[in-house]
Amino acid sequence: MIPDRVQKLLIIGFVALFFVYLFGPLLVMGLSAFNTSNFPRMSPWDCFTVEWFDVLMNDARLITGVRNSVIIGLGVVVLAVPIGLAGALMLMQVGPRVRPWYYTITIAPILVPGVVLGISTLLFWDRIGLMLGATEDSIFYDGMFLTIIGQATFISAYAMLIFIARLQRFDVALEEAALDLGATHVQAFRKILLPYLRPAIGSAAVLAFLASFENYNTTIFTIISSSTLTTVLASKVRYGIDPSISALAVSIVFLTLVGAVIYEIVKRREARKVKAQMAVARGEATETRKQRSFFSEPAFIMFVLIVIAGMGTIYFAGTIGVEECKTVVKAERQAEIQKRIAERQQQQASERAVDVQSDPPKDEDQTDRADKVTAKGTEGYQGVFAPANLQGDSESEPDEPAVGTEGYQNVFAPANLTGDATENSAADEPAIGTEGYQNVFSPENLTEQVQPDASGN
Amino acid sequence: MSADVRLETVWIRFGDFVAARDVSLHIQDGEFFTILGPSGCGKTTLLRAVSGFLTPSEGRVLIGGEDMAGIGPNRRPTALIFQNLALFPLMTIWENITFSLEVKGVGIKERRKRAAELLELIALKGHGDKMVSELSGGQKQRVAIARALCAQPQVLLLDEPLSALDLKLRQHMRTELRAIQQQVGITFIYITHDQGEALTMSDNVAVMREGIVEQVSDGTTIYDEPDTSFVASFVGENNRFVGKVARISAGIAEVNTEDGVLRARCSTNPQSAVSKGDDVFVFVRPESVRFLDGAPTDNQFKAKVYHEEFEGNLWQVFLDLASSQKRVKMSYVNDGSITPHSADTEVAIGFSERAAIALPRGPLAAE
Ligand SMILES: Nc1ncnc2c1ncn2[C@@H]1O[C@H](COP(=O)(O)OP(=O)(O)OP(=O)(O)O)[C@@H](O)[C@H]1O
Ligand SMILES: [Mg+2]
Repeated sequence: MIPDRVQKLLIIGFVALFFVYLFGPLLVMGLSAFNTSNFPRMSPWDCFTVEWFDVLMNDARLITGVRNSVIIGLGVVVLAVPIGLAGALMLMQVGPRVRPWYYTITIAPILVPGVVLGISTLLFWDRIGLMLGATEDSIFYDGMFLTIIGQATFISAYAMLIFIARLQRFDVALEEAALDLGATHVQAFRKILLPYLRPAIGSAAVLAFLASFENYNTTIFTIISSSTLTTVLASKVRYGIDPSISALAVSIVFLTLVGAVIYEIVKRREARKVKAQMAVARGEATETRKQRSFFSEPAFIMFVLIVIAGMGTIYFAGTIGVEECKTVVKAERQAEIQKRIAERQQQQASERAVDVQSDPPKDEDQTDRADKVTAKGTEGYQGVFAPANLQGDSESEPDEPAVGTEGYQNVFAPANLTGDATENSAADEPAIGTEGYQNVFSPENLTEQVQPDASGN
Repeated sequence: MSADVRLETVWIRFGDFVAARDVSLHIQDGEFFTILGPSGCGKTTLLRAVSGFLTPSEGRVLIGGEDMAGIGPNRRPTALIFQNLALFPLMTIWENITFSLEVKGVGIKERRKRAAELLELIALKGHGDKMVSELSGGQKQRVAIARALCAQPQVLLLDEPLSALDLKLRQHMRTELRAIQQQVGITFIYITHDQGEALTMSDNVAVMREGIVEQVSDGTTIYDEPDTSFVASFVGENNRFVGKVARISAGIAEVNTEDGVLRARCSTNPQSAVSKGDDVFVFVRPESVRFLDGAPTDNQFKAKVYHEEFEGNLWQVFLDLASSQKRVKMSYVNDGSITPHSADTEVAIGFSERAAIALPRGPLAAE
């Protein structure tokens, strides 16, 4: 038997690990939004800054993407929630023999891969467009329209599941009672069933919006020439990211948090109200106390104050003295790098002295160099995405053949794709790009590339 | 305004299952009519056919002389009080009560006025702005009645509305329901499987078994003159003897049983008449069985006391007959004249031929 104390410690350890697993990535990402480093990372820590939020606000493509995502999300809500509701109501109406079939068919879009939905939506509406003789700028070729339609195909099935769950607990006698009291079917639906479904409608709308907002698989096909947040992010990852991505993530997490807190407060108010009513029903209290308005709720005021204080603190800390700090850090780095370079030269000199003595085969030399490259790749994994890496490879080791080394990571390096013959143009290419490429030539960037390399040795 | 309800040879089938079998009933207007029967015998089904949620497979339903075929529940002059009340949980009490006016487009002022009147009637004045969850069981019950009455139905249908209440409240609500019925003067069709409820409240009772109406009569007739062995065994308590008719004379049957020849009256209803050689049951109520202190009677037995139960006003005595070891129940009023018997005391008991009834053998109610 494990002693109680040990068991307790194990449980605490497990819980801690679990939380690290859950929130570790979020924390790292959150912190990287406030680091001046050009690449989103938490360590080494340079300077505390809020400049990435500025960068985010001025990134026109990203902002357009967010705007489109929101519009599409709302469109999907408007389309998917009524369809889901209708589907759920229908399920309750059909006979027990048809029900399993009906259910399977309506739920199928969830099981179909999003990619397939995307492609088929595109093809289907293209056909329809062709049949109607629509032009290229008609709605059938509009990315936003197609994305809303495409996403709604499976999101309405999600909405339907929510409605089914709620409808299963609906007492049909309530609707019958309404009919019996003279209501028409429409009145019974509007006055009895719809109010009962209101919470489910809310949940379905939120879920539909979120599912739409984060969707990529379907969207990438249906969006055509427009962009959403997810497609912008994906293309950014391909061409190099900076911490404004983290800033965006922090903003989203923050908004989610605000939503969650408000929801929690509302829920507790409801619970309190119900409890008070029960007390009245049991005759313990004479009258339900009038509830405070939501905005004078202590929890809400507290929350607003904390948010304002926190944001203020972060803003001041992140704007004051950032430039000075940057200069200091840069100088420090510069000095360190000089030192490393000196060390390395010294090392190489002594290695050469050994080389002359033992005269190793050329293969081994290459392996050695490949090892160095590997070390660099693992240490500074983020370099894979950095555009500077393209150049770093070809510039810092210009005489090393890109192909033929055992440095397997080179296989994936973008520079490799363009081929060794066009090394020069590969180095030029990033300069042609629009965003984030100006860093390529900044000296700071170079030092960052060298620095992990040096530490890897 | 009230109306009579007529069911004409109504059959209701669910697939192969028959829930109502050739039911014909005539319920007078202004009557308090009860449908009594064990669980699953088709009471709710019959009520749903009257309120319009269900169309009979065969036969007609007429309300106020008008054929209801093709008329939906929202256009029938009936209001149903559901087994579980089905109050609208998201509305206040007064909104619940005046729902029937709201769907007709009556203005809020008029509705509040009507709600106040009805709340007064059900003695819940001032509770109008509460939610349903804030009321007690009995209060909810009364709100359901008020909601149904607000629709000004000509027929009020009640599906075991008291079954969820505790005994005391149930007894109280019985009197109240009866009072309300007399006050508003409309036809009530009341469903229950509680015979006490049926007998105390109703002008007439229909006893149902497996979709068949076994007997329709006023309460005393149902109790004293059952037409069938099912009614005799379902309503109230009865001791039962099995035998064969040996002779009939002047409305009295002589029946050969394990416990000797029993004399019992025959039913006055020609449909349940018995004749010589028939297999019959002889029923006798516990309160009709007496101790014989010397005075002879028509049917006499020697018996041994098994055990006695004291119920305050009554003594319930369980005895084993000497002739067949058959268990018999008798009850007598605790007027102080008889001292209690200890177990295994040998006694003589008996009952008169007029207190016992011989009926053709048929289905019995589940014990
Ligand atoms: N929609 C239906 N489909 C199939 N069978 C049904 C349906 N409704 C009722 N039945 C059957 O009809 C029979 C009578 O049901 P009903 O609800 O009328 O009983 P009840 O007399 O009201 O019983 P209780 O006292 O338990 O309420 C039952 O055996 C039931 O299974
Ligand atoms: Mg029932």
